[in-house]
Amino acid sequence: MSCNCQCSTEKKNDPRFQELDGIIKKYKNQAGSLIPVLHKAQGVFGYLPEEVQSYIAKGLKLPLSEVYGVVSFYSLFTTVPRGKYVFNVCLGTACYVQGSGRIMDNLKKELGLDIGETTADGLFTLEGCRCVGACGLAPVLTVNEKVHGRLKEDDVPRLISLYRLKEEQGSK
Amino acid sequence: MISLNELKVLRDKSRAEISIREKGYLAGSNMDFYRSHVLVCAGTGCTSSESLEVRNGLKEELIRLNIDKEVKVVETGCFGFCSLGPIIVVYPEGTFYCLITPEDVKEIAEEHLLKGHIVSRLLYSEPGTDKKVSDFESIEFFNHQKRVALRNCGVINPEKVEEYIAHDGYFALAKVLEEMTQEQLIEELKKSGLRGRGGGGFPAGLKWQFAHKTPGDIKYVVCNADEGDPGAFMDRSVLEGDPHSIIEAMAIAGYAIGSEQGYIYIRAEYPIAVHRLEIAIEQAREFGLLGQNIFGTGFNFDLDIRLGAGAFVCGEETALLTSIEGHRGEPRPRPPFPAVEGLWRKPTLLNNVETYANIPAIILKGADWFASIGTEKSKGTKVFALAGKINNIGLIEVPMGTPLRTIIYDIGGGIPNGKKFKAAQTGGPSGGCIPAHLIDTEIDYDNLIALGSMMGSGGLIVMDETDCMVDIAKFFLEFTQEESCGKCPPCRIGTKRMLEILEKITKGRGTPDDISQLETLARTVKSSSLCGLGQTAPNPVLSTLKYFRDEYEAHINEKRCPAGVCKELLNFSIIADKCKGCSVCAKVCPVGAISGVVKEPYVINSETCIKCGACMEKCKFGAIVKE
Ligand SMILES: Cc1cc2nc3c(=O)[nH]c(=O)nc-3n(C[C@H](O)[C@H](O)[C@H](O)COP(=O)(O)O)c2cc1C
Ligand code: SF4
Repeated sequence: MSCNCQCSTEKKNDPRFQELDGIIKKYKNQAGSLIPVLHKAQGVFGYLPEEVQSYIAKGLKLPLSEVYGVVSFYSLFTTVPRGKYVFNVCLGTACYVQGSGRIMDNLKKELGLDIGETTADGLFTLEGCRCVGACGLAPVLTVNEKVHGRLKEDDVPRLISLYRLKEEQGSK
Repeated sequence: MISLNELKVLRDKSRAEISIREKGYLAGSNMDFYRSHVLVCAGTGCTSSESLEVRNGLKEELIRLNIDKEVKVVETGCFGFCSLGPIIVVYPEGTFYCLITPEDVKEIAEEHLLKGHIVSRLLYSEPGTDKKVSDFESIEFFNHQKRVALRNCGVINPEKVEEYIAHDGYFALAKVLEEMTQEQLIEELKKSGLRGRGGGGFPAGLKWQFAHKTPGDIKYVVCNADEGDPGAFMDRSVLEGDPHSIIEAMAIAGYAIGSEQGYIYIRAEYPIAVHRLEIAIEQAREFGLLGQNIFGTGFNFDLDIRLGAGAFVCGEETALLTSIEGHRGEPRPRPPFPAVEGLWRKPTLLNNVETYANIPAIILKGADWFASIGTEKSKGTKVFALAGKINNIGLIEVPMGTPLRTIIYDIGGGIPNGKKFKAAQTGGPSGGCIPAHLIDTEIDYDNLIALGSMMGSGGLIVMDETDCMVDIAKFFLEFTQEESCGKCPPCRIGTKRMLEILEKITKGRGTPDDISQLETLARTVKSSSLCGLGQTAPNPVLSTLKYFRDEYEAHINEKRCPAGVCKELLNFSIIADKCKGCSVCAKVCPVGAISGVVKEPYVINSETCIKCGACMEKCKFGAIVKE
């Protein structure tokens, strides 16, 4: 598993681990603290690599196996880094009957990804989710926080170009 | 700490401020306050369609026109009419504007808010007519509804406890603490006939009584806001639109069973709901409506939020409690039920969001009032998330026993694009469907069970003739198979095997014994799984087999998908008589399967065709058909 913070001495200076220390300290004495700590940690690191999991295990005095068991059980926790733009296609019932399955197929084809994968340039991740609750706009997909609704199949290439363009403009 | 008298003073003051939103308000009668309120829906549905931009634009316009001291912008929870978002309502007129874009804001501000002229272009018209309706109470979608659980959604600003108090908020808690014993309270709830809205329909009063009777110095009250059904969003709307009603109800429950601590377990996918709840809990604490010695009665109660992390099975009560404890959310056998041994092995009362939302209304208006709504065994109202192939998509609340026909045609406005109604699916992945010939079914717990479906949390997905029922069954089984926690083999392996058979059938490789195999597997999974997920997972298959067996048979025997959904079974062809030879289809075909000479009929090579349907969408002459 890759991680930017190779050794424990460097962790002390890594502001992210300092933040994690604060989180662990705050929750340590609460019953059932593991899941809230994992949520916060994923907020800080973007994902939960082994390094972070074992750091949390030590901090909360839990076996690493238990931490890993919880991380792997819940689908919102991820152990691999995610792309800058996460395309999340709603596969809830309302969107499904309005054709979100075909939107997903198109995205898979256009991005060359399967669900859960990230493009090599780290730009896009493809995910499916269950009901974002915007059924009135079905079919919908979200890109990070932004909801795109009332989609048609041929909106897919347009959306991807939109975010590519955004990226190019941002990097200039 | 606030006293009951102070609460009354606050209520009267806040009520005067928002009386402008009530029926029969005399324009200009209350000059101390704003002359107009503009309610903007800030629920998830509308914010997804730019309602926040609309709100910001409105505020800027009011300042520009220098009427920001006269007109107030109020953010509310969901109005329920989600397919028309963003929605705003202007009071005192009660004018309902829909499908507003940020560009429309200037016109509304200048014409309506400044000059008082209604902008009729942005009004709603009933499906199939072009008559504009301006007063939102006379819109069909609303006037068949009865709002109990959603009473405050879209009416108050959920981030202001004063507005909740103006609608008698926290008076049920005060009444219970000052006037009722625990036993009287539980009796009242039993008398109301309220049944759990989280799926099973267990009588709430009975559950409270169990938790009350179990001895223990530490007990917990838990709210299930995990809302896992992938087509339901009523719990989210209540939490977004009226979070204080849940806080108040949980405090009432705390008093009933003798608990001082509650937990709300909510899915992390609902950030707006979580945020509003956090604000509401903070405000309730500030006013002393949560915390120590509430209303000076010596009763203590506080609440914490716990976030889920994307596991459907955590909606199951024992799994949910295990998850709050910080573990993998796997169910455990019952008994012991949570009321006896729940969170951290202490007696725990667990109810659903909508169940709680009914409680303050029952306390204030009385059990008899509540029991007068609904059917003999299903009292009160039910909220449904109406979606799928229906004109009016949104959140509705109707008395139990309302016929499906009323929901689909009167409230839902019928099926779009002139298509035929085929079935309604209720109960999500645990439920089943109601076919068109049973459209006069009165919806309550027992009628749905009798049809082989269930109430579930209240997702109601409408399907038309272009939906394939085998495909729908496969969709739900994919869901349950993926969400099975894997603890017990019948569910873990059985759902996988059933899914494989369904995939085989939809790909045109079905064999005649598939149906009987599905039925045998379904029986085994139902009868031997540990938790409700496995026990109900086969329902969508059994129910579609019951009502749409002929579709399964067409897939298996004739290798044909009557609804034209299952790709592998489709065949695209060009009707020579209709084809003008324009060559558009050949140009869009991604695999070059269409060939021909311009101005002569084109043909599709079915060997190369990947059945994407792109040609059919592009043909202007309707010359391409699939069958
Ligand atoms: C797999 C599964 C998922 C469930 N999901 C939910 C849910 O999302 N929300 C809910 O309130 N109840 C859900 N339930 C039902 C709960 O176990 C429990 O019965 C309910 O929350 C009790 O509250 P009530 O009596 O107020 O309905 C689920 C049950 C099962 C078996
Ligand atoms: S029935 Fe399914 S979800 Fe429930 S405990 Fe068994 S494997 Fe887990």
